[in-house]
Amino acid sequence: MTNETEPDFHAMEGNEGEAAHEDHHHELSFWRKYIFSTDHKMIGLQYGFTALLFLLFGFGLMLLMRWQLASPGEPIPFIGWLFSDETAPGGIMLPEFYNQLGAMHGTIMVFLGVVPLAVGAFGNYIVPLQIGAPDMAFPKLNMASYWSYFVGGVVMLASFLVPAGAAKAGWTSYPPLADIETMGQTMWLIGMIFLITSSLLGAVNFLTTIIQLRAEGMTYMRMPFFTWTQFITSFLLLLAFPPLEAAGVLQLFDRLLDTSFFLPSGLVVSGEVLEVSGGGSPLLWQHLFWFLAHPEVYVLILPAMGIVTEIIANNTRKPIWGLKLLIYSLIFLGFMSFVVWAHHMFITGMGTSLSGFFQVTTMIISVPSVIILSGLFLTLWGASMRFTTPMLFALAFLPMFGLGGLTGLPLGLAPTDIPLHDTMYIIGHFHYIVAPGTILALFAGIYYWYPKATGRQMNETLGKIHFWGSFICMNGIFFPMFFQGMAGLSRRLYDGGASYEFAEGVIHYNPIMSAFAFLLLLAQVPFMINFFMSMKKGKKVGSNPWEATTLEWTATTSPPLAHGNFEETPSVYRGPYEYSVPGADSDFTPQNQP
Amino acid sequence: MAHEHSNHPAHLHHHFVSSEQQFDAAKMGMWLFLVTEILLFSGLFVAYTVYRVWHPEVFAQSAELLSWRMGGLNTIVLLASSFTVALGIHFAQKDNKKALVINLVLTFLLALTFLVVKYFEYSSKFEHGIFPGANFAPHGISHGVDYAAYNVPFAAQFFSIYFVMTGIHGFHVLVGMGLFTWITIRAIRGDFSSEYYTPVEICGLYWHLVDIIWIFLFPLLYLI
Repeated sequence: MTNETEPDFHAMEGNEGEAAHEDHHHELSFWRKYIFSTDHKMIGLQYGFTALLFLLFGFGLMLLMRWQLASPGEPIPFIGWLFSDETAPGGIMLPEFYNQLGAMHGTIMVFLGVVPLAVGAFGNYIVPLQIGAPDMAFPKLNMASYWSYFVGGVVMLASFLVPAGAAKAGWTSYPPLADIETMGQTMWLIGMIFLITSSLLGAVNFLTTIIQLRAEGMTYMRMPFFTWTQFITSFLLLLAFPPLEAAGVLQLFDRLLDTSFFLPSGLVVSGEVLEVSGGGSPLLWQHLFWFLAHPEVYVLILPAMGIVTEIIANNTRKPIWGLKLLIYSLIFLGFMSFVVWAHHMFITGMGTSLSGFFQVTTMIISVPSVIILSGLFLTLWGASMRFTTPMLFALAFLPMFGLGGLTGLPLGLAPTDIPLHDTMYIIGHFHYIVAPGTILALFAGIYYWYPKATGRQMNETLGKIHFWGSFICMNGIFFPMFFQGMAGLSRRLYDGGASYEFAEGVIHYNPIMSAFAFLLLLAQVPFMINFFMSMKKGKKVGSNPWEATTLEWTATTSPPLAHGNFEETPSVYRGPYEYSVPGADSDFTPQNQP
Repeated sequence: MAHEHSNHPAHLHHHFVSSEQQFDAAKMGMWLFLVTEILLFSGLFVAYTVYRVWHPEVFAQSAELLSWRMGGLNTIVLLASSFTVALGIHFAQKDNKKALVINLVLTFLLALTFLVVKYFEYSSKFEHGIFPGANFAPHGISHGVDYAAYNVPFAAQFFSIYFVMTGIHGFHVLVGMGLFTWITIRAIRGDFSSEYYTPVEICGLYWHLVDIIWIFLFPLLYLI
């Protein structure tokens, strides 16, 4: 609600509200409209553009690493001269720089790329439209959470420029290393505190919006599954992030004020006993970190499931199989995600009873995931599908997420986790969840809702080239990781394992995987062309080009009205996916059709 | 709905249907925020518990250096401020602007008192070399207490967690003072009435939380 700001200001001054209403539809200045906007749609787009840039940047960091893994010690081609002598003298990457790239790739992809795109962009843009709300409950808070995210991102980027470069202790920032590492680690913590603040403000806003601002008739069970996933995701963010914030503050104290919250006594570094007051617990950090970071995994995957569900219902022209069951599974999944965190820590020497508990909960949490996946597969049964670009991405999500999930089972059981821990196997596992899983789903969402935001459709041919390129290349990168990991190849090796005899049999995959990584970059070119060209030249479409049933398509124009989204507040009379209802006039029945 | 605002109260934002909905939304938003605050402090309490379980004697001994009198005084100050802010909400509901402003100002002053007491507490610690972490070097004698005797292994850990927890709590008090300045100005301007007093109510909620956190901090750090 961009126009809100003016009346707001008057309202604060007392009884001048009436006068304020008259300049309701005045033109907003450039700054109000595009930069410091309070309209959820504009904020969603801001999140989207920023997150896509960060995804590209994080991908770039990975390409540098993949070059190093494929040809250790060779100068980086084309752009090698860009790097300083502290990072890559003569274009040859130093181990310290490799570690920076690894830590920052993880941080940027998770906290600055995928989550802001999945929650900040799609959640912001779509949720109010899907529930028939004129805006988010707290528009100014919404703006604050975008700008907090932005500042966090700038701090993270700036950390590459401080002496000794960015954080090197991994995206998990494990102490004691993270406590005694260089200044980049402090920047990482400060950046994280901004990002946490952003997510918390966002979560408060989403929950209040979904609970309070649903249109008349929009009961919880009539809410589209995408909104449901955002709802549960917000709960996870709300409850999981604050303990990490506490841990982050403690680590900041450790670094700035010489406390020892995470530093044990008698710590020996490079053969010398470290002068610290001691008495701290590195394991405490791991517990607090994973108490966030396991729910965070579901923050990464649930919105993707939501996007895929919308697209599958729309393109199969069928109701989602077992929608209620899926919703209950989602709630159960959200709850369970808080009691599985220590399965990340089986090798820390926890007792068998504790690890037994976490093994059981981990096996239990796979059940609702399987239910959701099965529901989506069963929806495909007997459907006469429309193979649009978003549908291709959504269909690919199913087996890719399945593969990611199934390879996670051995990691959830201590006996099989211990040999696989910290190998390339785990890298393969979670990338299957997040890259060919979530990121393909996010692309699906972009293709699906692009007409909503622009009134134009993206080019289908370019979209299909983008799909097949991305799908094949992602598998080419991540599948060999399973073989490497099962052969015992550790992750985070600067030379990709070249100096380890036992890795000899599997490092010949490295050049192939890297080649696929560079091809993956190439496969994004049609997307970038398509994304920008379609804004001007894409096929103009009506407000509901996909013949969908949910409110964001049926109750408003494309793009929606700048002020208040809806010409008339919609009322809701039916469930979200009433496709091919027997006896109906068309094969889709909008939610707002009486 | 954006177009039907003939009988539109001045405080009502356009994306809400009614004042009640706006009030409920604001209150729910604040409660959700308070949940995150409770969890933030829970993380710190977990850390406190771990260190305390590891070194219970050191923690009990180190706590003797904290002044339970000053801590107790601050507890009373905060409880009183919770009372005045509750009175403020009551008078806002009764359209009693003067009493509302008085109670908000009182709350602000009590918050200030809390921080002044905290300032004296902190400086009396710093004087004797009690700093967090590696800078912990207690020395000197005052009121018959030999500080150097408290320089035992892991005592630094107690004061580290003490400074972090009370520091973050103190920061919340500071934020509260900012909030009360803002709503006092608005109250003087006459923004609030029995029709609309949402900001008073949600600032009050926040303030009660700051109070409750202290109720846990005081015994855990000062008394046991």
